[in-house]
Amino acid sequence: MHPAFSVIFLTTLIGVGQGLFLALYTGQLYSVVNVLPVQDSHSFYGLGSLLTLVFLLAGLVASVFHLGRPERAWRTATRWRSSWLSREVIVLPAFIALTALYGVINYYDLNPVLFSLNGEIHVELSLVVGGVNTVLAFALFFCTAMIYACVKFLQEWATPLTVVNYTLLGSASGFSLATAFAAYTGSGLVAFYAAWAVIITLAAFVTRIASLLRNANIKYKSSLRSAIGIRHSNIQQKSCGFMAGSFNTREYFHGATKRKFRSVKWTFLLLVFPLPVLLIGIGLGTSQAQVFALAFAIQYLGLLAERWFFFAQARHPQNLYYQTA
Amino acid sequence: MKQLALVIDLNVCVGCHACVTSCKEWNTSGPAGFLADRNPYDADPSGTFFNRVQTFEIGAYPKTETVHFPKSCLHCEDPPCVPVCPTGASYKRAQDGIVLVDYDKCIGCKYCSWACPYGARELDQNQRVMKKCTLCVDRIYDESLPQSERKPACVLACPTTARLFGDVNDPDSVVSVAIRENGGYQLMPEWGTNPANHYLPRRKTQISIHEDELIRVDNPLKKERQLPMPGSEEQTLDDITSW
Repeated sequence: MHPAFSVIFLTTLIGVGQGLFLALYTGQLYSVVNVLPVQDSHSFYGLGSLLTLVFLLAGLVASVFHLGRPERAWRTATRWRSSWLSREVIVLPAFIALTALYGVINYYDLNPVLFSLNGEIHVELSLVVGGVNTVLAFALFFCTAMIYACVKFLQEWATPLTVVNYTLLGSASGFSLATAFAAYTGSGLVAFYAAWAVIITLAAFVTRIASLLRNANIKYKSSLRSAIGIRHSNIQQKSCGFMAGSFNTREYFHGATKRKFRSVKWTFLLLVFPLPVLLIGIGLGTSQAQVFALAFAIQYLGLLAERWFFFAQARHPQNLYYQTA
Repeated sequence: MKQLALVIDLNVCVGCHACVTSCKEWNTSGPAGFLADRNPYDADPSGTFFNRVQTFEIGAYPKTETVHFPKSCLHCEDPPCVPVCPTGASYKRAQDGIVLVDYDKCIGCKYCSWACPYGARELDQNQRVMKKCTLCVDRIYDESLPQSERKPACVLACPTTARLFGDVNDPDSVVSVAIRENGGYQLMPEWGTNPANHYLPRRKTQISIHEDELIRVDNPLKKERQLPMPGSEEQTLDDITSW
Protein backbone atom coordinates (compact mmCIF):
# COMPACT_ATOMS: atom_id res chain seq x y z
CA MET A 1 0.00 0.00 0.00
CA HIS A 2 1.04 3.57 -0.51
CA PRO A 3 1.62 5.10 2.94
CA ALA A 4 -0.40 8.30 3.27
CA PHE A 5 1.19 10.82 5.58
CA SER A 6 -2.20 12.01 6.79
CA VAL A 7 -2.95 8.57 8.17
CA ILE A 8 0.57 8.10 9.51
CA PHE A 9 0.26 11.34 11.48
CA LEU A 10 -3.32 10.63 12.53
CA THR A 11 -2.60 7.20 13.99
CA THR A 12 0.66 8.15 15.68
CA LEU A 13 -0.56 11.48 17.10
CA ILE A 14 -3.77 10.12 18.59
CA GLY A 15 -1.76 7.14 19.84
CA VAL A 16 0.44 9.53 21.82
CA GLY A 17 -2.66 11.33 23.08
CA GLN A 18 -4.34 8.12 24.18
CA GLY A 19 -1.15 6.85 25.82
CA LEU A 20 -0.59 10.15 27.62
CA PHE A 21 -4.12 10.14 28.97
CA LEU A 22 -3.74 6.54 30.14
CA ALA A 23 -0.50 7.58 31.88
CA LEU A 24 -2.18 10.54 33.61
CA TYR A 25 -5.09 8.43 34.75
CA THR A 26 -2.85 5.60 35.94
CA GLY A 27 -0.98 8.11 38.08
CA GLN A 28 -4.23 9.42 39.51
CA LEU A 29 -5.55 5.93 40.17
CA TYR A 30 -2.39 4.94 42.04
CA SER A 31 -2.54 8.10 44.13
CA VAL A 32 -6.17 7.43 45.08
CA VAL A 33 -5.21 4.12 46.61
CA ASN A 34 -2.23 5.87 48.23
CA VAL A 35 0.46 4.03 46.32
CA LEU A 36 1.81 7.22 44.79
CA PRO A 37 1.87 10.79 46.06
CA VAL A 38 -1.11 12.96 45.03
CA GLN A 39 -0.28 15.37 42.19
CA ASP A 40 -1.44 18.92 41.86
CA SER A 41 -4.63 18.61 39.88
CA HIS A 42 -4.33 22.12 38.43
CA SER A 43 -0.82 22.01 37.03
CA PHE A 44 -0.38 18.28 36.52
CA TYR A 45 -3.68 16.73 35.45
CA GLY A 46 -5.09 19.97 34.04
CA LEU A 47 -2.07 20.82 31.89
CA GLY A 48 -1.46 17.16 31.15
CA SER A 49 -4.96 16.92 29.70
CA LEU A 50 -4.27 20.06 27.66
CA LEU A 51 -1.15 18.41 26.24
CA THR A 52 -3.22 15.30 25.44
CA LEU A 53 -5.76 17.48 23.65
CA VAL A 54 -3.03 19.13 21.57
CA PHE A 55 -1.94 15.72 20.24
CA LEU A 56 -5.50 14.50 19.67
CA LEU A 57 -6.54 17.65 17.82
CA ALA A 58 -3.36 17.59 15.74
CA GLY A 59 -4.26 14.02 14.78
CA LEU A 60 -7.77 15.11 13.90
CA VAL A 61 -6.40 17.88 11.67
CA ALA A 62 -4.07 15.39 9.98
CA SER A 63 -7.00 13.07 9.25
CA VAL A 64 -8.78 15.83 7.33
CA PHE A 65 -6.02 15.76 4.73
CA HIS A 66 -6.80 12.14 4.00
CA LEU A 67 -10.33 12.90 2.82
CA GLY A 68 -11.25 13.94 -0.69
CA ARG A 69 -14.34 15.70 0.62
CA PRO A 70 -13.66 16.74 4.24
CA GLU A 71 -16.76 18.95 4.29
CA ARG A 72 -18.86 15.79 4.32
CA ALA A 73 -16.93 14.20 7.19
CA TRP A 74 -19.96 14.44 9.47
CA ARG A 75 -21.56 11.67 7.45
CA THR A 76 -18.92 9.20 8.61
CA ALA A 77 -20.69 8.62 11.92
CA THR A 78 -23.68 6.98 10.23
CA ARG A 79 -22.47 3.45 9.51
CA TRP A 80 -21.23 2.40 12.93
CA ARG A 81 -23.09 -0.88 12.65
CA SER A 82 -20.77 -2.20 9.95
CA SER A 83 -17.72 0.06 9.56
CA TRP A 84 -14.79 0.26 11.97
CA LEU A 85 -13.86 3.59 10.40
CA SER A 86 -17.28 4.92 11.33
CA ARG A 87 -16.84 3.60 14.87
CA GLU A 88 -13.46 5.32 15.13
CA VAL A 89 -15.02 8.56 13.96
CA ILE A 90 -17.54 8.30 16.81
CA VAL A 91 -15.11 7.25 19.54
CA LEU A 92 -12.41 9.83 18.69
CA PRO A 93 -14.54 12.96 19.31
CA ALA A 94 -16.06 11.32 22.39
CA PHE A 95 -12.55 10.68 23.71
CA ILE A 96 -11.51 14.25 22.91
CA ALA A 97 -14.61 15.63 24.65
CA LEU A 98 -14.14 13.55 27.79
CA THR A 99 -10.42 14.38 27.89
CA ALA A 100 -11.38 18.06 27.73
CA LEU A 101 -13.93 17.53 30.51
CA TYR A 102 -11.37 15.65 32.58
CA GLY A 103 -8.92 18.51 32.07
CA VAL A 104 -11.47 21.20 33.00
CA ILE A 105 -12.55 19.33 36.12
CA ASN A 106 -8.93 19.07 37.24
CA TYR A 107 -7.77 22.51 36.10
CA TYR A 108 -10.58 24.42 37.84
CA ASP A 109 -10.72 21.92 40.69
CA LEU A 110 -14.42 21.19 40.16
CA ASN A 111 -13.86 17.86 41.73
CA PRO A 112 -16.44 16.88 44.36
CA VAL A 113 -16.05 13.57 46.16
CA LEU A 114 -18.91 11.44 44.86
CA PHE A 115 -18.60 8.61 47.37
CA SER A 116 -16.05 6.93 49.58
CA LEU A 117 -15.03 3.33 49.89
CA ASN A 118 -14.28 2.11 53.45
CA GLY A 119 -14.10 5.78 54.43
CA GLU A 120 -10.55 5.88 53.07
CA ILE A 121 -10.69 5.84 49.30
CA HIS A 122 -12.44 8.98 48.09
CA VAL A 123 -13.86 8.61 44.61
CA GLU A 124 -13.89 12.03 43.00
CA LEU A 125 -15.73 13.16 39.89
CA SER A 126 -12.51 13.26 37.83
CA LEU A 127 -11.83 9.63 38.74
CA VAL A 128 -15.19 8.54 37.31
CA VAL A 129 -14.84 10.69 34.18
CA GLY A 130 -11.28 9.43 33.74
CA GLY A 131 -12.42 5.84 34.19
CA VAL A 132 -15.00 6.18 31.42
CA ASN A 133 -12.41 7.92 29.27
CA THR A 134 -9.93 5.09 29.84
CA VAL A 135 -12.46 2.70 28.34
CA LEU A 136 -12.79 5.09 25.40
CA ALA A 137 -9.00 5.25 25.00
CA PHE A 138 -8.80 1.47 24.66
CA ALA A 139 -11.89 1.43 22.43
CA LEU A 140 -10.20 3.98 20.19
CA PHE A 141 -7.04 1.86 19.94
CA PHE A 142 -9.24 -1.09 19.07
CA CYS A 143 -11.28 0.80 16.44
CA THR A 144 -8.20 2.35 14.80
CA ALA A 145 -6.43 -0.98 14.56
CA MET A 146 -9.52 -2.89 13.45
CA ILE A 147 -9.85 -0.55 10.45
CA TYR A 148 -6.75 -2.32 9.16
CA ALA A 149 -7.10 -5.70 10.84
CA CYS A 150 -10.60 -6.31 9.46
CA VAL A 151 -9.56 -6.18 5.80
CA LYS A 152 -8.97 -9.91 5.48
CA PHE A 153 -7.16 -9.94 2.15
CA LEU A 154 -4.55 -7.46 3.35
CA GLN A 155 -2.95 -10.41 5.07
CA GLU A 156 -0.15 -8.42 6.73
CA TRP A 157 -2.80 -6.49 8.65
CA ALA A 158 -5.42 -9.15 9.24
CA THR A 159 -4.07 -10.37 12.55
CA PRO A 160 -4.82 -9.65 16.23
CA LEU A 161 -1.20 -8.48 16.46
CA THR A 162 -2.26 -5.32 14.62
CA VAL A 163 -4.57 -4.40 17.51
CA VAL A 164 -1.95 -5.32 20.10
CA ASN A 165 0.74 -3.29 18.33
CA TYR A 166 -1.40 -0.18 17.91
CA THR A 167 -2.32 -0.32 21.59
CA LEU A 168 1.17 -0.99 22.90
CA LEU A 169 3.02 1.42 20.57
CA GLY A 170 0.54 4.23 21.29
CA SER A 171 0.75 3.58 25.03
CA ALA A 172 4.56 3.40 24.95
CA SER A 173 4.87 6.79 23.25
CA GLY A 174 2.27 8.26 25.62
CA PHE A 175 4.12 7.03 28.70
CA SER A 176 7.41 8.36 27.28
CA LEU A 177 5.78 11.76 26.86
CA ALA A 178 4.32 11.48 30.37
CA THR A 179 7.82 10.86 31.71
CA ALA A 180 9.10 14.01 30.04
CA PHE A 181 6.01 15.95 31.16
CA ALA A 182 6.43 14.80 34.76
CA ALA A 183 10.10 15.76 34.64
CA TYR A 184 9.34 19.27 33.32
CA THR A 185 6.55 19.87 35.87
CA GLY A 186 8.78 18.63 38.69
CA SER A 187 6.34 15.91 39.60
CA GLY A 188 7.36 12.94 41.72
CA LEU A 189 6.03 10.49 39.15
CA VAL A 190 9.06 10.57 36.83
CA ALA A 191 10.44 7.21 37.92
CA PHE A 192 6.98 5.65 37.88
CA TYR A 193 6.25 6.77 34.31
CA ALA A 194 9.77 5.98 33.17
CA ALA A 195 9.45 2.42 34.47
CA TRP A 196 6.13 1.93 32.70
CA ALA A 197 7.40 3.55 29.50
CA VAL A 198 10.28 1.06 29.44
CA ILE A 199 8.03 -1.91 30.25
CA ILE A 200 5.47 -1.04 27.58
CA THR A 201 8.17 -0.25 25.02
CA LEU A 202 9.76 -3.64 25.61
CA ALA A 203 6.39 -5.37 25.41
CA ALA A 204 5.69 -3.54 22.14
CA PHE A 205 9.11 -4.65 20.89
CA VAL A 206 8.14 -8.28 21.47
CA THR A 207 4.78 -8.00 19.73
CA ARG A 208 6.12 -5.91 16.82
CA ILE A 209 8.90 -8.42 16.22
CA ALA A 210 6.25 -11.13 16.37
CA SER A 211 4.24 -9.40 13.64
CA LEU A 212 7.38 -8.85 11.54
CA LEU A 213 8.20 -12.55 11.79
CA ARG A 214 4.63 -13.48 10.97
CA ASN A 215 4.61 -11.23 7.92
CA ALA A 216 7.99 -12.49 6.75
CA ASN A 217 6.57 -16.00 6.49
CA ILE A 218 3.15 -15.10 5.16
CA LYS A 219 1.51 -17.36 2.59
CA TYR A 220 -0.49 -15.31 0.15
CA LYS A 221 -3.86 -16.77 -0.66
CA SER A 222 -4.19 -15.03 -4.00
CA SER A 223 -1.91 -15.50 -6.96
CA LEU A 224 -1.91 -14.28 -10.51
CA ARG A 225 -3.53 -17.59 -11.37
CA SER A 226 -6.54 -17.05 -9.14
CA ALA A 227 -6.62 -13.37 -10.08
CA ILE A 228 -7.26 -14.05 -13.76
CA GLY A 229 -8.46 -17.63 -13.38
CA ILE A 230 -5.96 -19.20 -15.74
CA ARG A 231 -4.26 -22.26 -14.28
CA HIS A 232 -0.83 -22.02 -15.80
CA SER A 233 2.56 -21.85 -14.16
CA ASN A 234 3.97 -19.39 -16.66
CA ILE A 235 1.93 -16.20 -16.99
CA GLN A 236 3.50 -12.91 -17.97
CA GLN A 237 1.73 -9.60 -18.03
CA LYS A 238 2.35 -7.71 -21.24
CA SER A 239 0.14 -4.67 -20.66
CA CYS A 240 -1.79 -3.30 -17.71
CA GLY A 241 -4.25 -1.52 -19.95
CA PHE A 242 -2.72 1.95 -20.02
CA MET A 243 0.66 3.49 -20.53
CA ALA A 244 0.99 5.98 -17.67
CA GLY A 245 -0.18 5.94 -14.06
CA SER A 246 -3.61 5.42 -12.62
CA PHE A 247 -5.21 5.26 -9.18
CA ASN A 248 -4.40 1.55 -9.16
CA THR A 249 -0.69 2.10 -9.64
CA ARG A 250 -0.49 5.06 -7.24
CA GLU A 251 -2.58 3.93 -4.28
CA TYR A 252 -1.42 0.35 -3.81
CA PHE A 253 2.33 0.57 -4.39
CA HIS A 254 4.71 2.25 -1.94
CA GLY A 255 7.14 2.99 -4.77
CA ALA A 256 10.22 2.82 -2.55
CA THR A 257 13.31 0.88 -3.49
CA LYS A 258 14.03 -2.35 -1.64
CA ARG A 259 16.91 -0.64 0.04
CA LYS A 260 14.83 2.25 1.35
CA PHE A 261 12.10 -0.16 2.41
CA ARG A 262 14.55 -2.22 4.45
CA SER A 263 16.28 0.82 5.89
CA VAL A 264 12.96 2.16 7.17
CA LYS A 265 12.41 -1.13 9.00
CA TRP A 266 15.79 -0.97 10.73
CA THR A 267 15.29 2.74 11.44
CA PHE A 268 12.07 2.19 13.28
CA LEU A 269 13.39 -0.88 15.10
CA LEU A 270 16.21 1.32 16.38
CA LEU A 271 14.31 4.54 17.06
CA VAL A 272 11.18 3.11 18.67
CA PHE A 273 12.67 0.52 20.99
CA PRO A 274 16.33 0.55 22.14
CA LEU A 275 17.17 4.26 21.85
CA PRO A 276 14.25 5.59 23.95
CA VAL A 277 14.84 2.90 26.59
CA LEU A 278 18.51 3.89 26.71
CA LEU A 279 17.69 7.61 26.90
CA ILE A 280 15.10 7.06 29.62
CA GLY A 281 17.77 5.18 31.57
CA ILE A 282 20.21 8.08 31.08
CA GLY A 283 17.45 10.51 32.06
CA LEU A 284 16.82 8.63 35.30
CA GLY A 285 20.52 8.76 36.04
CA THR A 286 21.03 12.44 35.26
CA SER A 287 17.53 13.69 36.19
CA GLN A 288 17.47 15.98 33.17
CA ALA A 289 14.07 16.67 31.67
CA GLN A 290 15.58 17.35 28.24
CA VAL A 291 16.81 13.77 28.00
CA PHE A 292 13.27 12.46 28.55
CA ALA A 293 11.95 14.89 25.95
CA LEU A 294 14.60 13.66 23.53
CA ALA A 295 13.60 10.05 24.30
CA PHE A 296 9.99 10.85 23.42
CA ALA A 297 10.94 12.81 20.28
CA ILE A 298 13.10 9.97 19.00
CA GLN A 299 10.43 7.40 19.77
CA TYR A 300 7.81 9.48 17.96
CA LEU A 301 10.04 9.85 14.90
CA GLY A 302 10.55 6.11 15.02
CA LEU A 303 6.80 5.58 15.18
CA LEU A 304 6.36 7.64 12.01
CA ALA A 305 8.78 5.24 10.32
CA GLU A 306 7.01 2.28 11.93
CA ARG A 307 3.64 3.40 10.55
CA TRP A 308 5.15 4.06 7.12
CA PHE A 309 6.51 0.53 7.14
CA PHE A 310 3.19 -0.87 8.38
CA PHE A 311 1.39 0.55 5.35
CA ALA A 312 4.15 -0.12 2.83
CA GLN A 313 4.50 -3.73 3.88
CA ALA A 314 0.87 -4.61 3.12
CA ARG A 315 0.60 -6.17 -0.31
CA HIS A 316 -2.80 -5.62 -1.83
CA PRO A 317 -4.06 -8.47 -4.02
CA GLN A 318 -5.01 -5.98 -6.73
CA ASN A 319 -1.27 -5.52 -7.33
CA LEU A 320 -1.37 -8.93 -9.01
CA TYR A 321 -3.08 -7.20 -11.93
CA TYR A 322 -0.20 -4.74 -12.20
CA GLN A 323 2.83 -7.00 -12.53
CA THR A 324 4.52 -4.61 -14.92
CA ALA A 325 3.68 -1.43 -13.02
CA MET B 1 -33.18 -12.18 -6.24
CA LYS B 2 -32.05 -10.43 -9.37
CA GLN B 3 -28.32 -10.01 -9.87
CA LEU B 4 -27.26 -8.24 -13.02
CA ALA B 5 -23.77 -9.03 -14.21
CA LEU B 6 -21.41 -9.24 -17.13
CA VAL B 7 -19.98 -12.44 -18.52
CA ILE B 8 -16.72 -11.91 -20.35
CA ASP B 9 -15.59 -14.50 -22.84
CA LEU B 10 -11.80 -14.67 -22.83
CA ASN B 11 -12.01 -17.05 -25.76
CA VAL B 12 -13.15 -14.34 -28.14
CA CYS B 13 -11.87 -11.07 -26.60
CA VAL B 14 -9.38 -9.59 -29.03
CA GLY B 15 -8.21 -6.77 -26.76
CA CYS B 16 -9.43 -3.93 -28.96
CA HIS B 17 -10.34 -1.65 -26.00
CA ALA B 18 -13.68 -0.72 -27.59
CA CYS B 19 -15.37 -1.52 -24.26
CA VAL B 20 -12.92 0.80 -22.50
CA THR B 21 -13.51 3.76 -24.77
CA SER B 22 -17.27 3.32 -25.06
CA CYS B 23 -17.51 3.00 -21.27
CA LYS B 24 -15.53 6.19 -20.82
CA GLU B 25 -17.57 7.96 -23.48
CA TRP B 26 -20.91 7.02 -21.95
CA ASN B 27 -19.97 7.54 -18.32
CA THR B 28 -18.11 10.80 -18.79
CA SER B 29 -21.18 12.27 -20.48
CA GLY B 30 -23.72 11.27 -17.88
CA PRO B 31 -25.55 13.30 -15.23
CA ALA B 32 -23.06 12.16 -12.54
CA GLY B 33 -20.40 14.45 -13.99
CA PHE B 34 -17.38 13.74 -16.11
CA LEU B 35 -14.63 11.27 -15.36
CA ALA B 36 -11.22 12.73 -14.62
CA ASP B 37 -8.94 12.91 -17.63
CA ARG B 38 -5.65 14.62 -16.82
CA ASN B 39 -3.17 15.31 -19.61
CA PRO B 40 -5.03 13.10 -22.07
CA TYR B 41 -2.74 13.96 -24.99
CA ASP B 42 0.34 14.84 -22.99
CA ALA B 43 3.07 13.14 -21.09
CA ASP B 44 1.92 11.13 -18.08
CA PRO B 45 -1.81 10.98 -18.80
CA SER B 46 -4.00 9.87 -15.90
CA GLY B 47 -7.73 9.45 -15.61
CA THR B 48 -10.64 7.53 -14.21
CA PHE B 49 -11.81 4.45 -16.07
CA PHE B 50 -14.43 1.95 -14.99
CA ASN B 51 -13.03 -0.73 -17.23
CA ARG B 52 -9.51 -1.67 -18.27
CA VAL B 53 -8.25 -4.34 -20.63
CA GLN B 54 -5.04 -6.03 -19.63
CA THR B 55 -2.96 -8.42 -21.65
CA PHE B 56 -1.25 -11.57 -20.45
CA GLU B 57 0.93 -14.03 -22.23
CA ILE B 58 0.48 -17.62 -21.14
CA GLY B 59 3.16 -20.26 -21.67
CA ALA B 60 6.72 -20.16 -22.98
CA TYR B 61 7.68 -19.01 -26.45
CA PRO B 62 6.88 -20.29 -29.04
CA LYS B 63 3.98 -22.10 -27.38
CA THR B 64 2.28 -19.01 -26.06
CA GLU B 65 -1.24 -17.74 -26.00
CA THR B 66 -2.15 -14.12 -25.58
CA VAL B 67 -5.10 -13.53 -23.30
CA HIS B 68 -6.77 -10.15 -23.22
CA PHE B 69 -8.41 -9.65 -19.89
CA PRO B 70 -11.04 -6.91 -19.43
CA LYS B 71 -11.70 -6.06 -15.80
CA SER B 72 -14.30 -3.81 -14.22
CA CYS B 73 -16.26 -3.94 -10.96
CA LEU B 74 -17.45 -7.52 -10.52
CA HIS B 75 -20.60 -6.56 -8.55
CA CYS B 76 -19.90 -9.14 -5.86
CA GLU B 77 -22.89 -10.78 -4.23
CA ASP B 78 -21.07 -10.27 -0.90
CA PRO B 79 -19.18 -7.05 -1.64
CA PRO B 80 -16.41 -6.36 0.92
CA CYS B 81 -16.31 -2.70 -0.13
CA VAL B 82 -19.85 -1.97 1.11
CA PRO B 83 -19.77 -2.67 4.88
CA VAL B 84 -16.50 -0.75 5.37
CA CYS B 85 -17.91 2.50 3.98
CA PRO B 86 -18.34 4.88 6.92
CA THR B 87 -21.01 7.02 5.26
CA GLY B 88 -23.18 4.49 3.47
CA ALA B 89 -22.20 6.04 0.13
CA SER B 90 -21.16 2.61 -1.13
CA TYR B 91 -24.15 0.32 -1.39
CA LYS B 92 -25.57 -2.69 -3.15
CA ARG B 93 -28.98 -2.26 -4.73
CA ALA B 94 -31.53 -4.78 -3.51
CA GLN B 95 -33.56 -4.76 -6.72
CA ASP B 96 -30.82 -5.75 -9.16
CA GLY B 97 -27.64 -6.35 -7.16
CA ILE B 98 -25.64 -3.50 -8.73
CA VAL B 99 -22.96 -2.12 -6.39
CA LEU B 100 -23.04 1.68 -6.61
CA VAL B 101 -21.44 4.73 -5.04
CA ASP B 102 -23.55 7.71 -4.07
CA TYR B 103 -21.21 10.47 -5.27
CA ASP B 104 -22.99 13.02 -3.07
CA LYS B 105 -22.33 11.06 0.12
CA CYS B 106 -18.81 9.83 -0.60
CA ILE B 107 -16.11 11.57 1.44
CA GLY B 108 -13.22 10.17 -0.61
CA CYS B 109 -11.55 8.30 2.25
CA LYS B 110 -10.50 5.49 -0.12
CA TYR B 111 -11.27 2.81 2.47
CA CYS B 112 -13.57 0.94 0.06
CA SER B 113 -10.81 0.79 -2.53
CA TRP B 114 -8.54 -0.81 0.07
CA ALA B 115 -11.29 -3.30 0.84
CA CYS B 116 -11.73 -4.36 -2.80
CA PRO B 117 -9.30 -7.19 -3.65
CA TYR B 118 -9.81 -6.60 -7.38
CA GLY B 119 -8.80 -2.94 -7.51
CA ALA B 120 -12.05 -2.14 -9.25
CA ARG B 121 -12.53 1.28 -7.65
CA GLU B 122 -10.77 4.47 -8.63
CA LEU B 123 -10.73 7.82 -6.87
CA ASP B 124 -11.68 10.57 -9.27
CA GLN B 125 -8.96 13.21 -9.21
CA ASN B 126 -11.34 16.07 -9.95
CA GLN B 127 -14.47 15.24 -7.96
CA ARG B 128 -12.37 13.55 -5.21
CA VAL B 129 -14.95 10.81 -4.76
CA MET B 130 -14.73 7.07 -5.40
CA LYS B 131 -15.98 5.91 -8.77
CA LYS B 132 -16.60 2.51 -10.26
CA CYS B 133 -18.55 0.60 -12.89
CA THR B 134 -22.30 1.18 -12.56
CA LEU B 135 -23.27 -1.41 -15.18
CA CYS B 136 -24.56 1.73 -16.96
CA VAL B 137 -27.43 1.96 -14.51
CA ASP B 138 -28.48 5.20 -16.22
CA ARG B 139 -28.86 3.35 -19.49
CA ILE B 140 -30.21 -0.15 -18.86
CA TYR B 141 -33.51 1.16 -17.48
CA ASP B 142 -33.88 4.09 -19.88
CA GLU B 143 -37.22 3.55 -21.57
CA SER B 144 -36.52 6.24 -24.16
CA LEU B 145 -33.98 3.85 -25.68
CA PRO B 146 -35.07 0.89 -27.79
CA GLN B 147 -35.08 -2.38 -25.86
CA SER B 148 -32.04 -3.68 -27.74
CA GLU B 149 -29.94 -0.72 -26.56
CA ARG B 150 -30.81 -1.04 -22.87
CA LYS B 151 -27.48 -2.69 -22.16
CA PRO B 152 -24.17 -1.41 -20.75
CA ALA B 153 -22.14 0.60 -23.25
CA CYS B 154 -19.28 -1.91 -23.19
CA VAL B 155 -21.60 -4.77 -24.14
CA LEU B 156 -23.00 -2.84 -27.10
CA ALA B 157 -19.54 -1.82 -28.25
CA CYS B 158 -17.88 -5.23 -28.20
CA PRO B 159 -17.27 -6.26 -31.83
CA THR B 160 -16.77 -9.95 -31.00
CA THR B 161 -19.65 -10.35 -28.53
CA ALA B 162 -17.17 -11.21 -25.84
CA ARG B 163 -19.38 -9.43 -23.30
CA LEU B 164 -22.76 -10.74 -22.28
CA PHE B 165 -25.14 -8.97 -19.93
CA GLY B 166 -27.97 -10.40 -17.88
CA ASP B 167 -29.27 -11.78 -14.60
CA VAL B 168 -26.96 -14.50 -13.27
CA ASN B 169 -29.60 -15.63 -10.79
CA ASP B 170 -32.07 -16.43 -13.55
CA PRO B 171 -31.09 -19.94 -14.72
CA ASP B 172 -32.47 -19.35 -18.21
CA SER B 173 -30.77 -16.02 -18.90
CA VAL B 174 -28.13 -15.76 -21.60
CA VAL B 175 -25.42 -15.24 -18.99
CA SER B 176 -26.43 -18.20 -16.83
CA VAL B 177 -26.52 -20.47 -19.86
CA ALA B 178 -23.11 -19.21 -20.97
CA ILE B 179 -21.62 -19.78 -17.50
CA ARG B 180 -23.14 -23.23 -17.22
CA GLU B 181 -22.26 -24.49 -20.65
CA ASN B 182 -18.79 -22.99 -21.05
CA GLY B 183 -17.28 -23.41 -17.62
CA GLY B 184 -17.67 -19.80 -16.46
CA TYR B 185 -15.65 -18.94 -13.36
CA GLN B 186 -15.20 -16.17 -10.79
CA LEU B 187 -12.03 -14.22 -9.97
CA MET B 188 -10.23 -14.84 -6.67
CA PRO B 189 -12.84 -17.26 -5.30
CA GLU B 190 -10.64 -17.70 -2.21
CA TRP B 191 -12.02 -14.53 -0.58
CA GLY B 192 -15.67 -15.55 -0.62
CA THR B 193 -16.78 -12.34 -2.27
CA ASN B 194 -18.86 -14.30 -4.77
CA PRO B 195 -18.44 -11.94 -7.74
CA ALA B 196 -21.46 -11.73 -10.02
CA ASN B 197 -19.35 -11.13 -13.11
CA HIS B 198 -17.99 -14.35 -14.57
CA TYR B 199 -15.30 -15.13 -17.09
CA LEU B 200 -15.48 -17.81 -19.75
CA PRO B 201 -12.16 -19.62 -20.20
CA ARG B 202 -10.16 -20.21 -23.34
CA ARG B 203 -11.66 -23.18 -25.17
CA LYS B 204 -10.06 -25.38 -27.79
CA THR B 205 -12.30 -25.83 -30.80
CA GLN B 206 -11.24 -29.10 -32.43
CA ILE B 207 -12.60 -31.61 -34.89
CA SER B 208 -11.02 -35.02 -35.34
CA ILE B 209 -10.65 -36.38 -38.85
CA HIS B 210 -9.49 -39.89 -39.60
CA GLU B 211 -7.07 -40.51 -42.40
CA ASP B 212 -9.58 -42.42 -44.50
CA GLU B 213 -11.92 -39.47 -44.23
CA LEU B 214 -9.41 -37.29 -46.04
CA ILE B 215 -9.62 -39.30 -49.27
CA ARG B 216 -12.97 -39.40 -50.94
CA VAL B 217 -14.06 -42.86 -51.91
CA ASP B 218 -16.70 -42.75 -54.55
CA ASN B 219 -19.98 -43.68 -52.96
CA PRO B 220 -18.56 -46.16 -50.45
CA LEU B 221 -21.96 -47.23 -49.17
CA LYS B 222 -23.56 -47.16 -52.59
CA LYS B 223 -26.24 -44.86 -51.33
CA GLU B 224 -27.12 -43.40 -54.69
CA ARG B 225 -27.66 -46.74 -56.38
CA GLN B 226 -30.90 -46.83 -58.27
CA LEU B 227 -33.40 -48.85 -56.29
CA PRO B 228 -35.19 -51.69 -58.04
CA MET B 229 -38.74 -51.10 -59.14
CA PRO B 230 -41.21 -52.67 -56.73
CA GLY B 231 -43.25 -55.51 -58.06
CA SER B 232 -46.83 -54.84 -59.02
CA GLU B 233 -48.14 -56.66 -55.92
CA GLU B 234 -45.72 -55.01 -53.49
CA GLN B 235 -46.31 -51.90 -51.47
CA THR B 236 -45.23 -48.68 -53.06
CA LEU B 237 -44.05 -45.61 -51.20
CA ASP B 238 -47.51 -44.14 -51.68
CA ASP B 239 -49.10 -47.01 -49.78
CA ILE B 240 -47.01 -46.63 -46.61
CA THR B 241 -46.92 -42.86 -46.29
CA SER B 242 -49.89 -40.68 -45.69
CA TRP B 243 -49.41 -37.57 -47.76
